[in-house]
Amino acid sequence: MPSSISTADLVKQFYKVLPKNAVLDKDEQLKPYECDALTAYRQLPRLALLPSNIEEIQAIVKICKEYKIPIVARGAGTSLSGGALPHADGILLNLAKLNKVIEIDTNNRTATVQPGVRNLAISEAAKPHGLYYAPDPSSQIACTIGGNIAENSGGIHCLKYGLTIHNILALKILTIEGEILELGGKNLDSSGFDLLALMIGSEGMLGITLEATVKLLPDPHDKKVLLAAFDQIQKAGDAVNGIISNGVIPAGLEMLDQLTIQATEMYCSPGYPSNAAAILICELDGFDEELETQVQLVKKILSEHQAIEVRVAKDKQEEELLWLGRKASFPALGNLTPDYYCMDGTIPRKHLAHVLESISKLSAKYGLRVANVFHAGDGNLHPVILYDANVLGELETAEKLGGDILELCVKVGGTITGEHGVGVEKLNQMCVQFSEAELSTFHAIKAAFDEEELLNPGKAIPTLHRCAELGAMHVHHGKLPHPNLPRF
Amino acid sequence: MSDCSHEITFKLQDAFQKKQPLQIKAGNTKPFYGREIKAETLSLASHTGIIEYEPSELYITARSGTSLLEIEQAVANQNQILPCEPPHFGTAATLGGMVACGLAGPRRVNAGNVRDCILGTEILNGKGELLRFGGKVMKNVAGYDVSRLMCGALGTLGVLMSVSLRLQPKPSCEQTITLTIDKETAINKMNQWANTPMPISATYYDGSELYVRLSSSASAVEACKKEIGGNQTEENEIFWTNIKEQTHDFFSSDMPLWRISVPPNTQTLNIPGVNVMEWNGALRWYKSDADENTIRSEVERVGGHANLFKGNITDQVFHPIPGPSMKLHKKLKLVLDPAGILNPGKMFAEL
Repeated sequence: MPSSISTADLVKQFYKVLPKNAVLDKDEQLKPYECDALTAYRQLPRLALLPSNIEEIQAIVKICKEYKIPIVARGAGTSLSGGALPHADGILLNLAKLNKVIEIDTNNRTATVQPGVRNLAISEAAKPHGLYYAPDPSSQIACTIGGNIAENSGGIHCLKYGLTIHNILALKILTIEGEILELGGKNLDSSGFDLLALMIGSEGMLGITLEATVKLLPDPHDKKVLLAAFDQIQKAGDAVNGIISNGVIPAGLEMLDQLTIQATEMYCSPGYPSNAAAILICELDGFDEELETQVQLVKKILSEHQAIEVRVAKDKQEEELLWLGRKASFPALGNLTPDYYCMDGTIPRKHLAHVLESISKLSAKYGLRVANVFHAGDGNLHPVILYDANVLGELETAEKLGGDILELCVKVGGTITGEHGVGVEKLNQMCVQFSEAELSTFHAIKAAFDEEELLNPGKAIPTLHRCAELGAMHVHHGKLPHPNLPRF
Repeated sequence: MSDCSHEITFKLQDAFQKKQPLQIKAGNTKPFYGREIKAETLSLASHTGIIEYEPSELYITARSGTSLLEIEQAVANQNQILPCEPPHFGTAATLGGMVACGLAGPRRVNAGNVRDCILGTEILNGKGELLRFGGKVMKNVAGYDVSRLMCGALGTLGVLMSVSLRLQPKPSCEQTITLTIDKETAINKMNQWANTPMPISATYYDGSELYVRLSSSASAVEACKKEIGGNQTEENEIFWTNIKEQTHDFFSSDMPLWRISVPPNTQTLNIPGVNVMEWNGALRWYKSDADENTIRSEVERVGGHANLFKGNITDQVFHPIPGPSMKLHKKLKLVLDPAGILNPGKMFAEL
């Protein structure tokens, strides 16, 4: 429900609690906030606010609560699912100024940081002590810990070291009621329900992160990076299973398909074998003696699975070269096409061949190319749909193709999002993954924390009405029964 | 192996209609844990069986009444383990009980909590509706994380019907070494080692001896032994089983037993009574007659909490939680159990 207060009066309210330059109300000031990294969705907020401390955030929340103004919190705006897309009637709460590392506690291996601290900045602050923060989403140079907590971000090293949820020890949360919740601690267990688990990945809908204490891990003594090429994608998939079945948990295990290999070769020449149908990049780390045993074992397994080539990087330079192509995959694919749309489903790995084959059929059906970059170890697929937004209807086609891919992931026992979150992007697919009773539970949990739906409203959990409309749609074989009906 | 979900659902729906409180039980191996409640029993003991086990995918899904022994045996056959190394406290211990209590064993120190190995749960809410959260894959961020919320909730938020767990490869070599050192040195050493990549998978200090378990390849274990020093003990497996199951001498006592969770490097904790520590110092067991307020205020001083594990000396078994958090606890209870019939009062009197 739109609030009754005028924007001019609202600005006056915020001037009482914030310096004038922390209240942005002009279109040109708001423009940088109109979208996050999912640029297909854009919306200007009413205002953007830049608080610099907890007291200012509390004062903002109090005003928003009083006038029923929606709040969308934002870190670096790197969400790939529209999690930080502004609300037309709401304020955009930019937490970038809260960027201090409050404490590195080497004795307990923790870092306590403000929400606007960048992911990589935590590891940089911990580095002199031989420690680091493990989750490493691809945007780690820019993305903030507050955003990582909202999305339960993953990264390349999740298979061995877990997601954000496995690496956060404590949170200080501001509720919409204006109360501060202290969840968890530097100790390992807490009393009561695991609200920490509920908060992480809740896409900013249950509270605002004011402070986080994260777990730091010791830097592994050493690591080794291997590359293996295969003439069939199925063989690469089997090799992944072979490695894990043999008791090896690589720090990272990535797969690139032929289209991605070609794109990266054109983009940054990492020297990947050009005749391969798929390559695996495998990073192993550990205590020195353990590492050598693992490298020998993995080499043997890769050969047994008929790798046409296996390389072990000899030095740091070669390691970086092997990773270069993988890390540049998305810009490289971007070079092939005016626009691309990156998906994020996860599947049990045994269905890999079937899913990739189905994706290639869908690609032919919709007439759009799809490249596959894959966190192979943990089953997290990133099909990248190549399209041209300037061609009428192509964005919609790409979205439909993407939707079909995600539904396929659910069908084989997987999920619509492994690490990017639902945001505004995957609301329709949520209706496929969850039943009405489950979605109702999510709505009731939201209401328990935020009855008036002021915190990031409209994200992550679709309304039952929306799902009912979609239900009808599915019955009619993908044809929208009422294409002109508003969808909400 | 049997699927009793129809029967359980029917009983629960009936209880919901009648607003009849239920206490959820399976193996009943941890009756000492939590507050004592009186209510009709809803048994999950017959709801058993491994539904799906995919060694190469590192997950297992089983009905909640499945015995932990059966699960551990099945995964051991494939050279895998439950990372959280849960205590059983009896041969009848079940998967559901493990998740409801959320108690991890010695390997917690580097392999994570019970909650950390949960991939998904299937629950009946207090109305008897079947709900599925999470899944079988490790990376899954769709919807709020209700499956992990179930862990440690002592059955007050839902009846666990099945659980999918993440597994780990069994380390190829495990050895335990001991060092005779004083307490301060023990705490310092454990936390210094934890700052290195050495594969330490358990620590226990009894006041004079420090026990350190190493889990990795044989060559890595040998290298760490050199770095740490001390003497190798032959009683590797049995020793840690005795700690985990509390069959070790320290735990045989009629005194109240407190489970105290503090930041690992906490040096001074002024609580009367004898104590031992695990998890690099993050978990401390105290046999103490001291009153609960003395213990709890001291533990709060260092940023921890104290739960009464055994010994019925107070109604407040779990460390009290602050007002704003309790308000949310009550609201969440109402969301998942609107009639308040699932293990009412098991955790806190108000829930």
